[in-house]
Amino acid sequence: MLLASIAIGVVIVALLWDLVLPSLKEAFERHRARRALIPGSAYDPGRERRAEARARQLLQSCVNDEEWSMYRDLGFIRVWGGMARVPRRARISDDPRAGAPYAYLVYPHKPIVAYLPQTRELLNEYCVEFPDETRPYGSSRLPDSDDVLAKWMALTGDEQHLIATANMHLPGRQVDPKQVRRDLWRLSQWERERLRRTPRSPGGVATP
Amino acid sequence: MKPGHGEVLIAEGDVEVAEEEELLVQEFRRQLEEGMWAAVPERSTAGRREARMVRAFEDVPRDAERVIFFPRAAGG
Repeated sequence: MLLASIAIGVVIVALLWDLVLPSLKEAFERHRARRALIPGSAYDPGRERRAEARARQLLQSCVNDEEWSMYRDLGFIRVWGGMARVPRRARISDDPRAGAPYAYLVYPHKPIVAYLPQTRELLNEYCVEFPDETRPYGSSRLPDSDDVLAKWMALTGDEQHLIATANMHLPGRQVDPKQVRRDLWRLSQWERERLRRTPRSPGGVATP
Repeated sequence: MKPGHGEVLIAEGDVEVAEEEELLVQEFRRQLEEGMWAAVPERSTAGRREARMVRAFEDVPRDAERVIFFPRAAGG
């Protein structure tokens, strides 16, 4: 009887051991992982935010007041195109739009969208980026406002070169045309409101 | 402009001081050799702000307050 009881006890312990052992192992591994020394990394969670704050200051110091307000309020900048009056371009094209004023919408980390302000017709998307292949800080992406400033400088400084460098696509490839049209509508509302708030000089007319 | 960092001051000096100008020239060349583009923010004759892309130190206006270097553009 005693022998039988001992045998049953041994069997029960053996079965329980199989059930308990994985949990014990897991608990031990978890304990070890908690106490393990992790090599210190230089990652600073606030770095990206500080970088963006600095980038916004730099952007504000470079662009016009109107452009800065536009970026702050709407999240993009409109840059007027400078090639509309190039006679050679107008001559080689039979397109009635040739020579018409055009502009770009510059978004952070999105393609530049060219459009005709008079008709709000979207012309092209210019996919361009400014990758720093040296990746000095672990990422090749500029902060959002730096990306906008880089596009703004390249467009106002050497539009032809930037456009030649970019990959050109029809509207809608990366930026939703509905979103762009909505942004153009927001821009018009924003400009109307800004004009309303700007005190008019006597006899003066605001120019676009 | 540096990814993940934003604006970084690379060098500063007075172009009227020969030693400081030399330092600025060297740093300018080094940045361009590393593949950066250089631009000088300025105000146009019409009063609008714009950038002037510069490819040589001699192209930088003597009274420019700063030159901004940023990664070269590539088709995305």
